[in-house]
Amino acid sequence: MFKSIWRWIQRFSSPKYFYEMSAKLIPWFAVSALVIGVYGLYLGLFVAPTDYQQGESYRIIFIHVPAAWMSLFIYMVMAISAGIGIIWQIRLADMVAAASAPIGASFAFLALVTGSLWGKPMWGAYWVWDARLTSELILLFLYFGYMALQSAIDDQRSADKASGLLAIVGVVNIPIIHYSVEWWNTLHQGATVAKFDKPSMHIDMLIPLLLMAVAFKLFYAAIVLIRTRNEALYRDRNRRWVRELIEKL
Amino acid sequence: MNWSEFFHMGGYAFFVWTSYGLTLIVVLMNIVSPMLQRKKIIARIKRTIKREKLTGS
Repeated sequence: MFKSIWRWIQRFSSPKYFYEMSAKLIPWFAVSALVIGVYGLYLGLFVAPTDYQQGESYRIIFIHVPAAWMSLFIYMVMAISAGIGIIWQIRLADMVAAASAPIGASFAFLALVTGSLWGKPMWGAYWVWDARLTSELILLFLYFGYMALQSAIDDQRSADKASGLLAIVGVVNIPIIHYSVEWWNTLHQGATVAKFDKPSMHIDMLIPLLLMAVAFKLFYAAIVLIRTRNEALYRDRNRRWVRELIEKL
Repeated sequence: MNWSEFFHMGGYAFFVWTSYGLTLIVVLMNIVSPMLQRKKIIARIKRTIKREKLTGS
């Protein structure tokens, strides 16, 4: 029983099988990300009312918050896949982790920069060493650390182990980012959506925000599949399935 | 609401549109960079295949 499950996992996590399946999934993720993203932007920029405290500047929220959520979500995907790769030695999981890092880094960067562009008119400064901002900056550096370890170690197996361990240890930063606005007196505002109480936000603002979050997730799904396919091709470059595939191109 | 008012963003135009512009750039980079990476990987593997055929290994 256990053996047959194991065999099943190995079959479906083979890079060759993944390469064939993912080709069919990518267009679906990409198109739905585009449709939902455009609709979310329309609602966010044209329909959502002006904020009574922050005026129109608050419209940065529709990209800032989804980008920040993605930077955390992708980090968790990366750390969990790296863990699966280390423990069960599933090569596809290592590939997903390596493929996620640059995407996650780009979202962490986006969250920091849009936050800074929002902070300037609201707080009067582009940057403050506030707990939320600092912990998010550390997240960006964790992504960089993972990518640096990946490219610095030539042997792929050791590279995955070393960078995977860094990713797993770095998970400690995730609750710190999330609770930073409660644990410390931050300039950054508290949670408005992710709390047990009702979200303290107008429904016409909340809907575009959630739509943008969904669009960003679907976008990540499409891009991580594309990047994992690249990883599969590169890592299996000396295997027969890749050779046969390339010769057909 | 007219278009000039829309682009003015209640005086926050610079902050709002820079944010949205940067987002667009990051999204596009996320799309283009794996495409270029794929081209590079395929070219590299093709070179290896060619070399192996030449040396007969």
